[in-house]
Amino acid sequence: MLLKKLTEANGVSGNEKEVRDLIIEEIKDYVDDIKVDRIGNIIAYKKGSIETPKIMIAAHMDEVGLIVTKIDKSGLISFKPVGGLDKRILVSKVVKIGKDRISGVIGAKPIHLQKSNERSKALDYNNLYIDIGAKSNEQAEKIVQVGDYIAFDSEYIEFGDNFVKAKALDDRVGCNILIDLLKSDTKASIYAAFTVMEEIGLVGAAPASYQIDPDIGIVLEGTTCADATDVESHLQSTNVGKGPAISLMDRTTIFDRKFRDMIVETAKENNIPYQFRRSSAGGNDSGRIHTAKEGAVTTTLSVPCRYIHSPINVMSKDDYENTGRLLKQVIKKIEEGGLK
Amino acid sequence: MEFNGQLLKKLVDTYSPSGMEERIKDVIAEEIKDYVDEMKVDTLGNLIARKKGNGKKIMIAGHMDQIGLMITDIDEKGFLRFTNVGGISPFISLNQRVIFENGTIGVIHCEHLEDIGKMKLDKMFIDIGVSSKEEAEKQVMIGDVCVYHNSYYENENRVMTGALDDRIGCYVMIEALKQLSRTENDIYMVFTVQEEVGLRGAKTSAFGINPDIGISLDVTATGDTPKARPMAVSLDKGAAIKVKDNSLITHPKIRKIMIETAKENNIDYQFEVLEYGGTDSGAIHITREGVPSGVISIPTRYIHTSSELASKKDINSCISLLTKMLEKNIEL
Amino acid sequence: MDSKKFLKELCEGVGISGYEHTVVNSIINEFKPLTDEIQIDKLGNLIAVSRGNKDTNIKIMIAAHMDEIGLMVKDIDKNGFIKFTNVGGIDSRTLLAQEVLVHGKECLFGVIGAKPPHLSNPSERNDAIKMKDLSIDVGLKKEAVEKLVEVGDLISIKRSFTDLQGNWVSGKALDDRAGIVAMFECVKELSKLKHEADVYYVSTVQEEVGLRGAVTSTYKINPDIGIAIDVGFGATPELPKEDVIDIGKGPAITLGGNIHPTLRKHLVEIAKEYNIKFQTEIEAGPTGTDARAMQITRAGVPTLLLSLPLRYMHTSVETIDMDDIKACGQLLARFISSITSENLEGLLCY
Repeated sequence: MLLKKLTEANGVSGNEKEVRDLIIEEIKDYVDDIKVDRIGNIIAYKKGSIETPKIMIAAHMDEVGLIVTKIDKSGLISFKPVGGLDKRILVSKVVKIGKDRISGVIGAKPIHLQKSNERSKALDYNNLYIDIGAKSNEQAEKIVQVGDYIAFDSEYIEFGDNFVKAKALDDRVGCNILIDLLKSDTKASIYAAFTVMEEIGLVGAAPASYQIDPDIGIVLEGTTCADATDVESHLQSTNVGKGPAISLMDRTTIFDRKFRDMIVETAKENNIPYQFRRSSAGGNDSGRIHTAKEGAVTTTLSVPCRYIHSPINVMSKDDYENTGRLLKQVIKKIEEGGLK
Repeated sequence: MEFNGQLLKKLVDTYSPSGMEERIKDVIAEEIKDYVDEMKVDTLGNLIARKKGNGKKIMIAGHMDQIGLMITDIDEKGFLRFTNVGGISPFISLNQRVIFENGTIGVIHCEHLEDIGKMKLDKMFIDIGVSSKEEAEKQVMIGDVCVYHNSYYENENRVMTGALDDRIGCYVMIEALKQLSRTENDIYMVFTVQEEVGLRGAKTSAFGINPDIGISLDVTATGDTPKARPMAVSLDKGAAIKVKDNSLITHPKIRKIMIETAKENNIDYQFEVLEYGGTDSGAIHITREGVPSGVISIPTRYIHTSSELASKKDINSCISLLTKMLEKNIEL
Repeated sequence: MDSKKFLKELCEGVGISGYEHTVVNSIINEFKPLTDEIQIDKLGNLIAVSRGNKDTNIKIMIAAHMDEIGLMVKDIDKNGFIKFTNVGGIDSRTLLAQEVLVHGKECLFGVIGAKPPHLSNPSERNDAIKMKDLSIDVGLKKEAVEKLVEVGDLISIKRSFTDLQGNWVSGKALDDRAGIVAMFECVKELSKLKHEADVYYVSTVQEEVGLRGAVTSTYKINPDIGIAIDVGFGATPELPKEDVIDIGKGPAITLGGNIHPTLRKHLVEIAKEYNIKFQTEIEAGPTGTDARAMQITRAGVPTLLLSLPLRYMHTSVETIDMDDIKACGQLLARFISSITSENLEGLLCY
């Protein structure tokens, strides 16, 4: 299962190599040109049979994680976040450090020994550390270095009603949909960009869109979903199981209205469920793409993911499949002259 | 100089929130078509009008968009929830009337809060005078955007209306185009989109034009109201020549040219140091290899409310300053 | 010129963001004799080019910013006191009781004062003083001030460069004039070595207000490799250990997403090979330096960042060790000299 391979590969922002190698291996037989650019994006080109406006489809390879900052005398490891993490999720987790995937645990002071005022506070980075079972600084430094990236240890598991639990669904699910597309046949030519460092400031998308210079940009994402029972309806940005989320607006883009209308129409025509991403929080690679050079028309199609930026993202396989279907139909529409 | 209140009223009354600038673009294009050599609309929707010349390529930018509210949810009783498009304050929004593209009118109100100081946009809603979700959905969809409902007022030396930010900049550019006599400069009048959400239209249009010089026209705050946040800009003291804001430090030579032009033509001016905010020149000046840029600001009270207030005298000074500057042979 | 003298001249000069032309001549004087070409671009970035000894067309850009933080006249009050705002990030607590120069039609001496302590209540004395409560006194009446000073005029802290013990020095604007001197050390060192690459030494403008000069100069040069030199937080007792680097232990080679991993490895190897002291600094996200702007320009630029350990950043008593500057210049020169058309592609590969 490709999504299992993709999510279990580690690619903390700035260190996407494992994911990049996996994707290149997966797509190289299906595209006409493939290169890794100067900052690590994969830019692949699949030649089509008809002329359309230039289409760029982007999904980011990186995931949020941690980085080693210090190893103390007793061999315990201090770390900092890479990307937007909720520090409350860290305690009592297993992590993998560096390319050799050294196992470590993030422990905490036993609750018995905590004062009541300690218990009421979230644990901060300066009182969290990783234990790899090393007895000393020297022993630890043989296998872990300052600057090593740290990823969550989380197995891909299917459960419940066609649900998936994994880490890094944001945005390996987008990568997966884009890989699926490259493996299928399209009449339009496709520029696929698997970008780096989205989570630390949309870094890869700027050079990628500068090189491709698209007319149309489609960003594929795993996006935040807040459909918990105690969240009021108007604060739930998306809902699991209700189909691909079409973005309206976020911190980096006001998504093109005509493109949005065209996508909604396409979903309706093909009986594909859809929802709007009803939140303007956050941002994604579209912010870079639509303002690169002289501009582009963009959209974002997302698979709703619960508990995003944690080791236990949850999504529905139905949403994943429907997002892929919608993407294909939208491209078909562009092939037929939509958005000219 | 005659004040063209009729034109300004038409500009401020036209619905055009960020990302949906179609309507205002049509109004402006119609107004200027006889005064320019060519016009085009680029990918993001910027209206680019050119008056050809053999001299320096000068980009003038004024933004067409206005702040607004985007609908994110419609509840069973037909109340609408929203998010902001650009800088919308909850306190200014309370009890404001809003208008949608199709003319639907609503009013903004807030859930009951014990502490009004904690009012945030996600505690607020819009009532469009319906009693159910079905009824509401006949008029409004999730993703639709509304703007503050406007009422235009002018007296002898003041205009008071919503959307002066930045239709007044557009107005100054249009009137300057009409007055402009022969010039050597190659002038690109760009009516930009999406300034209020991050200078986005200016970024892409400047990349396309690749100008030698960039000037934008936008409103700036004043410090002349009772116990205002201290600032040296006042109404009636003339066009404000920007020295600095958060997006730009005006190129010293551009500032110098503006001052010289004002002095030579007896145009009232003042200097502006704005401690927050930014405008299109912030994006223009870091485009490609860099573009020496400046801003002519129209002093305006109560920015981002439905009753922004400016001085006709200042507005005319801005028109004169822009016109005379464009008629000059600019050398850097 | 001796590097310390050069640094003194630079730091005692004034070049606040957006108005760097006042400091640019000092830099030209030193770089011109040692490089092949001097350019000033549209935003005022100074670019000194050293051509390589082979026609390989490899371009390496080194950037250190020449602008400094400062103050700007916001208003003149009815008693002739000058109200001001900041250009770049300034801790207003460091401003009280400073001597300043107001750069109006004439350069005026002034001091920064506030309401006297015996008129403030005890709780106020415990609070950080705000910029709006500070005023500059130039000893003149309103009318006289208005003849000489306009809204928008610049103000700099008057501070002379001070020698401390050993090779340590202190002054204002060491951030990032020390970086310029590190480039100068590199030019001198490199003149003794062979290099294939064309080297673009860029003294950038407007870094302190948003990396603006690096954005446009990188676009213009379109380099194969970009290296920023800036200052990093030097260790002092109150700072957490993992956030600082040690003064006197050489430049820090930054590690993180903003930095090209293979190129960085090569830089570390060079430092080890030539026995140049260095330390490691970690920044997982975008660094707040010119390296950030370089990395995402055009099709993307592989970037490195060298940080000079500096204490008391953004005050007028910034403190640095000249030996760290020298080590940084040597490391840069050795690195540049090591880049050839044979190894470049391999070094940029992922």
